Amino acid sequence: MTAHELIENLRSKFGASVKDIFEKSKKRLYVTIEPNDITGFAHFLFRDMGCRFNIATAVDSFDCFEILYHFSRDDSGIVITIRAKLKDKNDPHIDSITPIIKGAEWIEREMHELFGIEFDGHPNMKPLLLADDWPEGVYPLRKDFVPEQRDDRG
Amino acid sequence: MSHNERSMIPIGPYHPLQEEPEFYRLIVEGEKVVDIDVRIGYNHRGIEKLSEAKTFDQSIFIVERICGICSSSHPIACVQAVEDIAGIEVPERALYIRSIVQELERLHSHLLWVGLAGHFLGYNTVFMWSWKYREPVCDIMETVTGNRQHYAMMKVSGVRRDIEPEHVSYILKRLDELLPKIDMLKGAVLDDPVLHARLKGVGVLTKEEAINYSALGPTSRASGIPYDVRRDHPYAAYGRVKFNVITQEEGDVFAKAVVRILEMYESISIIRQCLDKMPKGPIDAKVKDVPPGEGIGHVEAPRGECFHYVRSDGANSPVRHKVRAPTYMNFPTFKATVIGQTVSDATIILAAIDPCYCCTERLAVVRPDDPNKTVMSAEDLIRLSQEKTMKIKNKMGIVC
Repeated sequence: MTAHELIENLRSKFGASVKDIFEKSKKRLYVTIEPNDITGFAHFLFRDMGCRFNIATAVDSFDCFEILYHFSRDDSGIVITIRAKLKDKNDPHIDSITPIIKGAEWIEREMHELFGIEFDGHPNMKPLLLADDWPEGVYPLRKDFVPEQRDDRG
Repeated sequence: MSHNERSMIPIGPYHPLQEEPEFYRLIVEGEKVVDIDVRIGYNHRGIEKLSEAKTFDQSIFIVERICGICSSSHPIACVQAVEDIAGIEVPERALYIRSIVQELERLHSHLLWVGLAGHFLGYNTVFMWSWKYREPVCDIMETVTGNRQHYAMMKVSGVRRDIEPEHVSYILKRLDELLPKIDMLKGAVLDDPVLHARLKGVGVLTKEEAINYSALGPTSRASGIPYDVRRDHPYAAYGRVKFNVITQEEGDVFAKAVVRILEMYESISIIRQCLDKMPKGPIDAKVKDVPPGEGIGHVEAPRGECFHYVRSDGANSPVRHKVRAPTYMNFPTFKATVIGQTVSDATIILAAIDPCYCCTERLAVVRPDDPNKTVMSAEDLIRLSQEKTMKIKNKMGIVC
């Protein structure tokens, strides 16, 4: 499947839910969507289009948290990235895709710990990476994190 | 212990002998594992955060130190991500050198795993052989890159050192010597009736579960998924050489061993082809600035796909650098492979995805209803595994 066919499939399935498509190169696609539609996109790409889930990346941008879900089509060498922008930086949350893709369990737990993003419907939101005595509400990969915050540990 | 009683066996987390320490909790009923929980992060070094404080050139050296075994995979993925942002064309010769270094790395990594797996099963001769024959590979690395590990070969736009003409004959000679040794290891593992009895049908990862967990590398290829970044997303010189993607259908520990052993032949073949086809020319290109944008680089590390995402805002350091190592995706497959198996098989099943199991120094058996805790060591776990092999040997009438 070419990048063009993949775009066509996404457009015909989701229509206006696809906010923006950026073709960085023949092998790299970036598709911006509404955060509310993430489970639909994840299901379509993973189950119907046979894409593999690579990983997700959270980014602390100036006006939002971005979550990038990287999928790849291994028959044509395309990496397609679904971008969801969470505008409310005080209460960032998005639906969990773990019920659809088991392989997303750890990375959602990681983004929860390092960025403070809530994944609604995650089946197993337990600590994964940080120390047991890490202070609550301190998220080390946010841009406003200062290392001294760590020292608040009791 | 009665068979209906549930106990928890915590394994780990300390003593990072090789890579990362991890902490498993095996929930067992008698000998049978009924649940598993894994906790990571004991060696969390904040490399993604550190990388944001380094320049693009420096972050390559940081990611090289994520892992001593895959210390060319992370840098290649990282430089590819930056090259993706800036649209840099890498000179041909550098692409070939990248492939050569990466295949040498796969050779030494798979030899290391075969040795460890042999040790866990009580085949210490395999362990000694395998690690002995890994040495020439490290010697080649030292000759080519200057280092046995942490090769420091990669840079954005190319590689840092050239392969000299006199090195080519040296590499070919050492590889020719290595080939019969791998034949011998292959025979020792694949033709051994005890290992067939010990490993077949143990820790099966079905094709469906491998897809659900997005398993990678030899772990997924042993479950019949013919996915390989080198072939499917050709990078470096992999689009210019011929090689087979090794797969097996069974998904058990034996299949994972077969995949790794046969892959070593492909690696040797790839290195030979690269040395043969490598054109003369520059080994790097001029890079001015890294423009604002985002890039993805991924490579086939010995354990599976290694994935890097880098975002630049036009300054000289990344705004965000996401690293995903293959074991991150392969680890959670334990939930599908260990449950229902016995404790004596847990060691080799956990080892079969090739994590760094040597981290598992400490082990305690805790009975929730018993205040007198029994503490066992990791050696006990390995001993359990080795004893099972002995039992199978005795049953088969093989005297050791």
